[in-house]
Amino acid sequence: MLYCSIKETTHTVTLIPGDGIGPELLNHVRELFRFSCVPLDFEVVNINSSITSEDDINNAITAIRRNGVALKGNLETNHTLPPSHKSRNNVLRYTGLDLYANVMRCQSLPGVQTRHKNIDIIIIRENTEGEYSSLEHESVPGVVESLKIITRNNSLRIADYAFQLAREKGRRRVTAVHKANIMKLADGLFLQCCREVASGYPDIAFDSMIVDNTTMQLVSKPHQFDVMVMPNLYGNVVSNVCAGLVGGPGLVPGANYGHNYAVFETATRNTGKSIAGRNIANPTAMLLASCLMLDHLKLHDYASMIRNAVFATMNESLLHTPDIGGQGTTSEMVQSVMRNIKSSGPLTTEL
Amino acid sequence: GDTQIFLLWKSLSQILSRVLGAVKSQTQPRTFSRGVHTVTLIPGDGIGPEISTAVMKIFEAAKVPIQWEERNVTAIKGPGGKWMIPPEAKESMDRSKIGLKGPLKTPIAAGHPSMNLLLRKTFDLYANVRPCVSIEGYKTPYTDVDLVTIRENTEGEYSGIEHVIVDGVVQSIKLITEQASRRIAEYAFEYARNNQRSSVTAVHKANIMRMSDGLFLRKCREVAENYKDVKFTEMYLDTVCLNMVQDPTQFDVLVMPNLYGDILSDLCAGLIGGLGVTPSGNIGANGVAIFESVHGTAPDIAGKDLANPTALLLSAVMMLRHMGLHADAKKIETACYDTIRDKKVLTKDLGGNSKCSEFTTEICRRVQDMD
Repeated sequence: MLYCSIKETTHTVTLIPGDGIGPELLNHVRELFRFSCVPLDFEVVNINSSITSEDDINNAITAIRRNGVALKGNLETNHTLPPSHKSRNNVLRYTGLDLYANVMRCQSLPGVQTRHKNIDIIIIRENTEGEYSSLEHESVPGVVESLKIITRNNSLRIADYAFQLAREKGRRRVTAVHKANIMKLADGLFLQCCREVASGYPDIAFDSMIVDNTTMQLVSKPHQFDVMVMPNLYGNVVSNVCAGLVGGPGLVPGANYGHNYAVFETATRNTGKSIAGRNIANPTAMLLASCLMLDHLKLHDYASMIRNAVFATMNESLLHTPDIGGQGTTSEMVQSVMRNIKSSGPLTTEL
Repeated sequence: GDTQIFLLWKSLSQILSRVLGAVKSQTQPRTFSRGVHTVTLIPGDGIGPEISTAVMKIFEAAKVPIQWEERNVTAIKGPGGKWMIPPEAKESMDRSKIGLKGPLKTPIAAGHPSMNLLLRKTFDLYANVRPCVSIEGYKTPYTDVDLVTIRENTEGEYSGIEHVIVDGVVQSIKLITEQASRRIAEYAFEYARNNQRSSVTAVHKANIMRMSDGLFLRKCREVAENYKDVKFTEMYLDTVCLNMVQDPTQFDVLVMPNLYGDILSDLCAGLIGGLGVTPSGNIGANGVAIFESVHGTAPDIAGKDLANPTALLLSAVMMLRHMGLHADAKKIETACYDTIRDKKVLTKDLGGNSKCSEFTTEICRRVQDMD
């Protein structure tokens, strides 16, 4: 354990362990933060996915509102339950927190074997509407209608977020992903909003691509992509394709941003039920997500320290967990990260 | 009283559909083992005519017992102002039941729906089938891909039903019906059985779209009960995408609603080398089946003898298998694969600098050598 010169904490963040591998990975994050003297307190809020009452979800939302920031594991959705029982993850995201931008940076990591190298794509996914509006009804027995909602406001908002982020990160091009040739009104509106916003950013190139062609291009020529912006469902698809390209769900962190709140998690939001409790889950995605959180809280030095330690660990293929072809354990990886932090020297903060 | 009549009607219709289903499975697959069979050929636009010619040449060299009936498909306005395909084309297809089609151009602002959509509606082409097999000799980062995507092609997100609710708020309706879901599930399991595939995976997002995808999934589960010889699994669309790009060999037959099918079938085509080498078939009600290349018309190289006929040829091979002409299918497919593997005569998109006619001649030569 490092000697922590600063004892008081500057922030409290909400921690939602979730299901599957969530609890064990988040325990490792806490362990690592303690070790690294990160001045954060965690307020743990448990959500039991098996009970149908809304109380614990509401508690979580209240806690996140209070703290402003959360780190979460994925909550399992029992889709055999009736439609009134909505995905808990979505309730958190949309209801009251308005986390409208899901941002995922898919970056090839050193030491990980993949078919394509040097990928660095930022995916910005509209996180509140589209196909995830949960508005369905059976109009006639045997006929179900599911509504996809696209609004001008949310489309402008996400497009603006994408271009702002692109500018901030020095990126050169934003590609809007859509299916406006078929969904002329809905995706047409989305595309039009992107074009409008693009005209206000002449320093950044803008183009668009149909979603099916996009997936085909991603698996054959992924380097043509820089920043991508899209509605909810295509975001789900493209995020998962890109995560797979850089090595899988265990490696990529994700972030959900709203005007007032931010929630961090693994990018592909898997519960990992089958590997839970076996000490084989890859902690990288969650550790990198916690670094994104530290950056958001302006604790940049801690973020860099942990991030660099994680990258150094990734370089040692003997430590790789099974999902990336190794035989290492979660705890061995975390230990290695801690060793790397220790050898990088203590963070000197002002006394 | 009324309830009893309703229940009686319900059980009668269930019996009827089961009987019809049984009759249908007896008639599929159709075997065309004797005589010469007519196939409706729609060359299409752009490079369509030249790749169609290539396929006809190869079929002739292989002495396949098929006679081609060429028809053009353009949108014409019928009585009552409704857009339709030319009656000669419809008549030919209704008679032959089998079609091979090249790429059709989609004119912008022509005032009529796309030709592909018209064809789909005319023949109720409810299943789009794309076998994706890695081509030895045409290297991609993915090897050993051998899967089939079966996409429901009539409803789902492509119903075309959209409304402006208020200014700045648009609603697009995804329609899932019990009937269409059951029909595509049945086709998928029949296909698996007839083509010696071991498993069918239903791809869905029922965690988010509980009712619509939930209905689709339920129908798949019900149909699976009648096909105990085929393994049935379910997987979230995003999980499929995630796993597909890491290890596509874990997948066999995939069945799914329209949009997911559109995305996944293109993703899988990307794994094996793109639309220039991917075959596709559309299965309709009433026994009609239209096989087609799914690439574009490539107007920039049209008429220059530069096109690659592989996609249309492999679709024609798929067609032969559908017709039960397995030996001919195998012969032509092998000749095509061998030519590509040999790398001596390849069109530009495959990495060579031969002409379309040279590529075609080479395949013809191999086919004749096999006899």
